[in-house]
Amino acid sequence: MTKEPEERSPAPGEKDITKVQELVYEMKVNQVMATDIITVSPHNLMSELRVLLREKRISGVPVVEGTTLVGLVSIEDFIKCLSEGKMNNLVKDRMSCNVMTMYDDEPLVRAVEEFDRRGYGRFPVISRETGALVGVITKGDIIRGLLKRIEIDYHEEEIHHYRASHFFEDIIADKTTLIFQYKVTGKDFSRAGRTSSGLKRTLRRMGIPPKIIRRVAIATYEAEMNIVVFTDGGEITAQVTPREIRVEAVDSGPGIPDIKKAMEPGFSTAPDWVRNLGFGAGMGLTNIRKCADTMRLESTVGKGTRLEIAVQLNGAVKHDLSNHH
Amino acid sequence: MILATIIEKLGLEVKNAGGDLTNEVTGVYVSDLLSDVMANSKEGQLWVTLQVHPNIVAVATLKDLAGIILVNGREPERETLARAEEEKIPLMTTRLPAFQLAGKLYGLIGEC
Repeated sequence: MTKEPEERSPAPGEKDITKVQELVYEMKVNQVMATDIITVSPHNLMSELRVLLREKRISGVPVVEGTTLVGLVSIEDFIKCLSEGKMNNLVKDRMSCNVMTMYDDEPLVRAVEEFDRRGYGRFPVISRETGALVGVITKGDIIRGLLKRIEIDYHEEEIHHYRASHFFEDIIADKTTLIFQYKVTGKDFSRAGRTSSGLKRTLRRMGIPPKIIRRVAIATYEAEMNIVVFTDGGEITAQVTPREIRVEAVDSGPGIPDIKKAMEPGFSTAPDWVRNLGFGAGMGLTNIRKCADTMRLESTVGKGTRLEIAVQLNGAVKHDLSNHH
Repeated sequence: MILATIIEKLGLEVKNAGGDLTNEVTGVYVSDLLSDVMANSKEGQLWVTLQVHPNIVAVATLKDLAGIILVNGREPERETLARAEEEKIPLMTTRLPAFQLAGKLYGLIGEC
């Protein structure tokens, strides 16, 4: 008789990490465990377990002295005791003392593994800080906990989706553009970063996807810092349409003599005192280019500089239904 | 590991209220160049730096960092503190230089 070698071809999409896999690493035992636990004292009689096991429909009870877990007594221990006719034995003489436990702050994935490996139905949960019994975890608790969490996440996603997709739909116009304007003061390092922070918060409130917001925020920050470091001030304007976010940074001097050179990573004309503050690393324009889908930089020495970047919202905001026709 | 645990284990001094110390720290980034932090740090990371001016709070806010640790016993400027408070970015200090602090952080949370 030959045995087929067990070769497992990966299921489609096996390399993708599912939401559930992500959650079992992220969630902790104490987020799903049952805390209204039934316990018995080691000095209880085995006969007293009868009602407990039947009425609560449970298959095992932690044995607790004070707040400390000293053992676990299961329905099997009970049946064995019953068949031996020794129901007047004390719980402490029939319980199992080597109890496998979990700490309350362990990730769920560990509980899942232990359930798999040992085939137990439940683990008592111990507080790592106090050593006291704080709960019991079963496979059912894990499933319920995960479902609940997925439901919450889904709900949040729905709200988020609603905001992003309906913000523009609720506006009735042939063409919609929202404009946000910010003044940037030159050489004022204490206020620097206010524009990009403010724009970020505004976009977040509109329900723009976080990934897009981060790209816009980084590009805007670098543009803002360039105005603060090198000029006497300027203005940043953000235009938001259903299709894209366009940010324009304009200042009135001193201008960039060699744009090609300025675009090289690490090239900087910042004075030493500015560099000592951690600015002027020559990465600003590089960062902007990395974040933007399109970038345009125009400058005239002595007159000023105009930078325009755009980040596409394609598909992120539901407004392009006509594309499918 | 959450920020509060790291603060406790390394004896960091928390300088402002309002920040969320229960945030999970996903890693650490060490740099004093703001553009570099802007480009290469990741959401949820702790930032180790010797810069103390208010703009570090803007960078941390924009990149959704878990907090800022100032090394070498450096103290934040008053405006920095005020902005950290306003933006709810945890600001901490340590007497250790960056290298030693980074070593200890690596020991705690490893290669994140």
